[in-house]
Amino acid sequence: MSVFAEISEQIQNGKVKGVKELVQKAIDEKVNAKDILEKGLLAGMDVIGEKFRKNEVFVPQVLLAARAMNAGTALLKPLLTQAGVKASGKVAIGTVKGDLHDIGKNLVKLMMEGKGLEVFDLGANVDPEKYIETAKNENCNIIAMSALLTTTMSVMPEVVEAAKKAGIRDKVKIMIGGAPITQTYCDQIGADYFTPDAASAADLAAKVCGA
Amino acid sequence: MARKEYTSTAYTDVKDFIYGSAKNPVKLKNGMVIGGGDVYPELNFTLPTMSLNDNTWNTALDHYREIITKTCERAYELECPGFTCELETLPAMTFKPEWCIEVTKVCCEIISDFQSKKGIKGAFRITPNDNREGDQVTHMYKGDRWDETMKAFEGSGKVKGDTDLIFAIETIGGKEIHDDALMMCDLKKAVFAMGAVACPDMEKIWTAIVDIAHKTNTVPGGDTACGLANTAMVLAEKNYIPRVFAAMDRVMAGVRSVVAMEVGCTGPDKDCGYEGPYVKAISGNPIAMEGKTASCAHLSACGNIPMCVCDLWSNESVQNIQLLSGIAPVASFETLEYDCRMLRTAKKKGWGAQLQEVLYDSDSLIDPHAWIMRPDVVLEISKGIVKETGYYNRVKAACRLSLESIKKGSDSGKLRLNDKEKDWLGQLLTAAAELPDTAEKLWEEVKDDCEKFDPKKYDLPYEF
Repeated sequence: MSVFAEISEQIQNGKVKGVKELVQKAIDEKVNAKDILEKGLLAGMDVIGEKFRKNEVFVPQVLLAARAMNAGTALLKPLLTQAGVKASGKVAIGTVKGDLHDIGKNLVKLMMEGKGLEVFDLGANVDPEKYIETAKNENCNIIAMSALLTTTMSVMPEVVEAAKKAGIRDKVKIMIGGAPITQTYCDQIGADYFTPDAASAADLAAKVCGA
Repeated sequence: MARKEYTSTAYTDVKDFIYGSAKNPVKLKNGMVIGGGDVYPELNFTLPTMSLNDNTWNTALDHYREIITKTCERAYELECPGFTCELETLPAMTFKPEWCIEVTKVCCEIISDFQSKKGIKGAFRITPNDNREGDQVTHMYKGDRWDETMKAFEGSGKVKGDTDLIFAIETIGGKEIHDDALMMCDLKKAVFAMGAVACPDMEKIWTAIVDIAHKTNTVPGGDTACGLANTAMVLAEKNYIPRVFAAMDRVMAGVRSVVAMEVGCTGPDKDCGYEGPYVKAISGNPIAMEGKTASCAHLSACGNIPMCVCDLWSNESVQNIQLLSGIAPVASFETLEYDCRMLRTAKKKGWGAQLQEVLYDSDSLIDPHAWIMRPDVVLEISKGIVKETGYYNRVKAACRLSLESIKKGSDSGKLRLNDKEKDWLGQLLTAAAELPDTAEKLWEEVKDDCEKFDPKKYDLPYEF
């Protein structure tokens, strides 16, 4: 079994220690850092992600895998930076102003990180300005918003408008989700993407960022 | 009021544990007796898609006026013997308690008017939000968020007029740990969140609410673990977490929600607490429940079984939108009342037990959460819970006993679990067996992974 396959397997099993040992071993053997990331860590995440989509595993198994991947990525980070390899994308995520429901948002965040994206978590009850400020300062590719209430989803168009006013609308894609949100609403407010659940949100974000 | 820990269940024989009848019925001024034999509908409702701010508040009030007025009219037309309406406020209406108070006054006045003119019997339940979340909250029992919530209760109690008013809330103590526990299906953290954080939090907040209820002559209803066990149930329904975990979590939430009763709540407990049967089994106080009628708000695998021991029958929440028949809340109310009519009629004919059997057998074969809601299972586990003393020991017992009951159900073929669920059940049983004998020892095991939790906010003695 190649070192990449071994890393992938350890990722799928959520083994932090095993991943760290194998990644370190690969680094010591001068294996290309980008290859370790893509053919080992992310490949493992792809497999577990597919199993989740097929209802073969539950979220905890995906999150354990993501945790193991983060441990491996931390070891690779100096080498990736040195080689000029950047995070495949950046996302500013939060639950909109007036809404305190955040477990769905937290799931999306963790799943996006599992896709190798850098995620800036703004928390719950987030002012429209905060999304814009973070997207500008961190050069985010995506603003991701969630709302669970019929009375707070109306904050979403405010964020779309704020992005236009700040002159960043053409640089940032806007994703929305949450129980009362629909594709029709997404189209109506001029957001870019709606996804119905955490896994599809992470998949789409990775696709949008070209990861 | 000092906390009184229940040392035995309110029911010894499962035959007595039936819908409409509670050991300690709640008598309202208008003559309704909740838990006195009949089941009444409880309508829940919310606004349609709209912004809620100073400019739109009057429009929001118009929605609430329309909902309550049309519901009262329909209750009269259907000859409904009694009903309650519940408003769970939106966060903005607790951040600004004047709004909560104003809407309570508006709704109570309409109900009172119908009562005096048409002779219907209606009550109102107000459920302010528990807004004690976020970085701005530095303490759970003082500061703006606490003050706003208490002001919402007290003000509502003062403006109710002659309408029977019930207090409820969905408190969120322990949620910051419990959320992580759910995402990782971490049994130890879930037990700590429920037993060491949520239960003492319930004691503190409900002692304060019961005090306000007594001062304002309001009924202290109860609490649900909506932000805890309902989140688990919904995640399980989406196949995000194992159903066996959600079922176990629900039974633990029973220990948590009964704390409100221990410090003076009388019931009716709140509808979305699917742990309600445990609250009723232990306290004998009446409960509101929801099931298939809540599909307008969320899906679940427990459609009929929650009716088995309910005293109020609810719909969780329906938006005020227009349907072909009329506005959605009225359509929902009608469904509830026909369900209640069926329950009342069956009981009148002496078929209550048979109907109850149909209700539990229809759901409990295919879902572990439904399994742990079977009246016989509820009573058996509840008896085990009250043998223990203290929050932690009771939650620990709830955890172990629920898993053992699910295993027994699965082994006997009375509960169907797929291989994935069976695998998780095995893992959870192992983890439950490893729980230490004190909350302090459990804290030592989980504290390195509880960075969002600040014990000082709760005045709890744990240290990192």
